[in-house]
Order: sequence, then structure tokens, then C-alpha cells
Amino acid sequence: MTDTIANRAAKATPQKVARKIKGLSDRAIAWIFVAPTIFLLLAINIFPLIWTIQLSFTNYKANRLNREPEFIGLRNYERILTDSDIWLNMQATAHFLFWTIALQVLIGFTLAWLINKKFKGNDLWTTIIVLPMMLSPAVVGNFWKFLYQPQIGLFNYIVAFFTGKDPSSFEMLGSVQLAPWSIVIVDTWMWTPFVMLICLAGLRSIPDYIYEAAEVDRASKLRQFFTITIPMVLPFLMLAVLFRGIENFKMFDLVVQLTGGGPGSTTELTSINLKREAFEKWRTGYASAYAIILFVTVFGLASIYVKALNKVKER
Amino acid sequence: MSAYSVTEPSTRSKWFAGSLVILYALITMIPLAWIMLTGFKSPSDAISYPPKVVFEPTLEGYVNLFTTRTRQTKEFLEANPPQNWADEIVREYDMVIVGPSKFGERFLNSVIIGFGSTFLSIFLGTLAAYAFSRFKIPLADDLLFFILSTRMMPPIAVAIPIFLMYRNLGLSDTHLGMILLYTAVNISLAVWLLKGFIDEIPREYEEAALIDGYTRFQAFYKVVLPQAATGIASTAIFCLIFAWNEYAFAVLLTSATAQTAPPFIPTIIGVGGLDWPAVAAGATIFLLPVMIFTILLRKHLLRGITFGAVRK
Repeated sequence: MTDTIANRAAKATPQKVARKIKGLSDRAIAWIFVAPTIFLLLAINIFPLIWTIQLSFTNYKANRLNREPEFIGLRNYERILTDSDIWLNMQATAHFLFWTIALQVLIGFTLAWLINKKFKGNDLWTTIIVLPMMLSPAVVGNFWKFLYQPQIGLFNYIVAFFTGKDPSSFEMLGSVQLAPWSIVIVDTWMWTPFVMLICLAGLRSIPDYIYEAAEVDRASKLRQFFTITIPMVLPFLMLAVLFRGIENFKMFDLVVQLTGGGPGSTTELTSINLKREAFEKWRTGYASAYAIILFVTVFGLASIYVKALNKVKER
Repeated sequence: MSAYSVTEPSTRSKWFAGSLVILYALITMIPLAWIMLTGFKSPSDAISYPPKVVFEPTLEGYVNLFTTRTRQTKEFLEANPPQNWADEIVREYDMVIVGPSKFGERFLNSVIIGFGSTFLSIFLGTLAAYAFSRFKIPLADDLLFFILSTRMMPPIAVAIPIFLMYRNLGLSDTHLGMILLYTAVNISLAVWLLKGFIDEIPREYEEAALIDGYTRFQAFYKVVLPQAATGIASTAIFCLIFAWNEYAFAVLLTSATAQTAPPFIPTIIGVGGLDWPAVAAGATIFLLPVMIFTILLRKHLLRGITFGAVRK
């Protein structure tokens, strides 16, 4: 990069003139440009993170202003990791993560594959399919709650229409068996388009000549699908899974509006549980330790996953 | 003359794919259509069984959304005839309108905080993205990864110290506090997306401008910015949609002055439980701008979603 036109011109220019032309040096400009962003992130992301780490070793309660927090070492961490209720929250989160991702990948990929047949008007229909993911999850959760009402809701009515069951015989949000599925259904409705769009980008990145070559080799359509389409889309698909995984691990707004974590704690995902500890029970120190554990988990899993993803990409 | 292509799907498979996709699109629209319909129902129609598809439309939900009402005695109602159409709707329930509801304020807060934080994220993000794209910055890759990794934190985890910090600084429940917070959340994506857009602009343009005697600053805003305009616009839409839709921080850090619409809409209570038509009306007004935006700007938006993903 040292031999660009600008550099050659700069070398040929006398130093005094050069300073006049350039004003500030590039290095100064680089720092002026980057500094506000870094400062903002330090103030609103990193400083709070460090504070959380510090709080996690104390028994601080944010609603008691006059009590000095005591240092209690690793006791918060010990209590969280041995608490069986938290493992139940983790299980609920795992159920939610697994099924949302499985369904979204399956439906999202199928849709992308169909859209890639380039039928007439496909971009308009794609946009319509994308609409749900653009909406506010809290508001979506709120109106799905209306659709799920056992007596008056449209969802029960439609299910009843197709299965012949009595629409008031099941409660999507009120029953321990169905509530975990009710949140999976809404999340799938909302976020399948995201997986679809990324798959579509993957499908469109496959150059035609590969299929043409396969056709010359007389590979069957089915074989082409499994030896060309799937492997070429896989890195994209894995990326979509990564994003959905991180997002759904953080899931809060949609579910809190839909079920509030209930009934009991069947849909109490870790984020909802964390909110209860931090802002309802005001166990700030304990919740901080919980937050750190969650962060380390996401970060750790994501890093391992990205390594695997890079291996797939290299192939 | 049409060349035979092995990669072009047959008419039949196109037709088949098309009808399946359209079927999915129609099913996926049912909940949205239903909520919009519910906004125009009367409270009794909204909770009738079986659900009513055909009903007499009324603006009651919208009136209830925007006003506060009280019940009045028959004598009072007779002495004071209704002032306008909204008043007339409310009279059916022996009520009078006593003032506006908080929905207007909350909606305005959403607009202020949404646009404020979008402007700030784009302003700071463009500068940082330009620097990352054009200059050698020590540890650039680490910094970029660090900027991105801040998005992996669950919002609730970040909210604990932010709550304490804002309480100490007096930023709780203020517009400025929410704008700064949303900017901090959005800026990571903004820098990442914008860097991609700026990377695509050939360096030769600026170098030519520098030789012509432009300073770096001039080259930046006279040459690079116009070239990156489309990218900046689509990034801005993403930031705006995020800030518009955000709920977790809003519900924890705001309660009155700076509360946005998402935490407010679910709390609209009518007589005897949730006033579903009013909630549906609020949801419709709140969601419609985003839907229209998405349809109008679909080319840039759809590209933006995958762009951000594929680049990483």
C-alpha cells in the first residue's frame, strides 16, 4: 500500500506544502474518527461489564441504598451452579433453542429453495414473508397472547376447525405441556424469514456453471442437491443458526409478554429468570454473577461454533 | 430464440414453488391481519365466540387508545350534548372524554428516541467505519471483534449496572439516557455494516481528490459520503427499526417521561381487563410504519440483512 498515487504525490510535495494540504495527519484523523465510538462502547458496554464482575462478588442489593455491600467471594457463583431451579430454566432455554432453530432451519431453507425457483413476483412475496421479523417482539408477544386465548382466540379456533377438538379444551399458554410449544410457534413464525433470507443469499451465491458441469456429468437432480446445493449453502445456514442461537439465548421481550415465564416456570427462560432476580427480588450481586455466567456461556459456545464454521468454510 | 438452460427451473416447478410460497405468505399474514381487524371491532365483537370475521366496524378502539374517559350520570350526559364523533362513540357507554391518553406521548417518545439514536449511531458509526476501512489502526481486527461481541450480552445482564449507573448520573427515564443506550447497542452493527459499504468504494477516488488539493476531511465528505449514501441509508433503517422495537431496556430503565410505546401498549387497560380493540389499535399504529417501510424499501433492506450476515 506504500506505493499509491497519493503517497507518491505526497513524497514529491515539499513538507511545508504537504502539511498545509493535508491539515491533520491521517493518524490524527483515524483517532478522531474512532475515539467517540470506542469511548461510547467503553462507557456503556465495558465499564458496566467490569462493574457487573465486581458486583458479582458481593451481596449488594440495589434497592437498599444505605447498606454497604459486603465482599462474599465466589459464594454467588457457587449458589447459582448448585441451584436446581436454575437448571430447570436452562432446560427450558435449551428446549426453546433447539426447537426454534430446528424448525426455522427446516422451513427457512425450504422456503429459500422454493423462492430460488425464480417464479414471477417472488420478490414481493419474499417481502411479505419477511414482515414479521421487522416488528417489535414485545408487541408481537402481546398480540399472540390474544390469538392464544382459549375461549376467544383465533389460534384455538383454527386448530379446532382442523382437528375437530373443542376449542376451549386446551390452553396454549395455561398448560404446562403446551406453553413451551406456544413460544416455539411464535418465535418460528417471527424468525423463519431471517433464516430464509440468509439461505437465499447462499443459494444465489452458487454459480450456474457448477450445475451445468454436473448436468454434463449426468448427475441426477437429487445428487446435485446433496453434493452441490447443500454443501454450498451450509456455511450460510450455520451462520444463520449462530445468529438465531445468540438471539434466542438472550430471548426476553417476546416471551415475557406472551407467557411471563409461566405457567409455573415452564417458560421461564434464563433471561426472564435473571430479570426476576435482578429487578424483582433485587438480589443485585447474585444476579450479576448469573449475568456473568450467561455471558461466558454464550461467548464460549459462540467461539467454539465459529471455529467449526471456519472449518466448514475452508473445505 | 431461447437457449435451453439446465439451471432454469421448468414452468411446472416454478408454478408449484410459487403456489407453496404464496400459501406460506398468506398463512403468515393471518395473525397480522387479525390484529388489524380487531382494532376496528367493538369490545364485545373482539371477544365473541366463534371469532367474528364479519362485523360492524367501529373506531371505538382508536378512540379508547387516544383518550381517557370517565363514567357520568344520565343528567350530566343530557345536559352536555356530544361535541364530536369521538364523544358520540363514548356516549354509548355513558362516558365522556376527559382528556388525551398517554399513548400520544409514548409514541412521540419512540419517535424522538428512535431518530435521535439512529442519527447518533450513523454519525459516529460512519466516522469509525471510514477510519477502520482506510487507515491502519493498531489491533483493528481485535477492536472490530470487540465492538461486535458487545452484542452478545443479554440486555438484562447489561441492564443491571446501567440501571445503577443511570440512577447515579440522573439519566434514568430521560430521553438522553435512552438515546445514548440505543446508540451504544446499535453502533456495533452500524460500524460493521458501514465498513462493508465503504470498503467497496475504490480508494482511487479519494486519492485523486487528495491530489487535487482536498484535505482528508473534504475528501471524506465530498467524495466518500455521497458514494456511501445508499449503504448509510439502509444501515440507518436497521438502527431505527431496532430502537423502535426495543423493549427490555425500555421497560427496565423508563417509567414515565421517556417511556416508549412497546412497554406501554400491553398495559392499556379497559373496563374489566385488557381492552383488546384498543391494544390492537395501538399495535396497528405502532407496527404499520415499519411494515410500510419494509415494503417500500425492500431492495435495500433485504440486501442489508444478508449483507451484514454474509460479510462476517
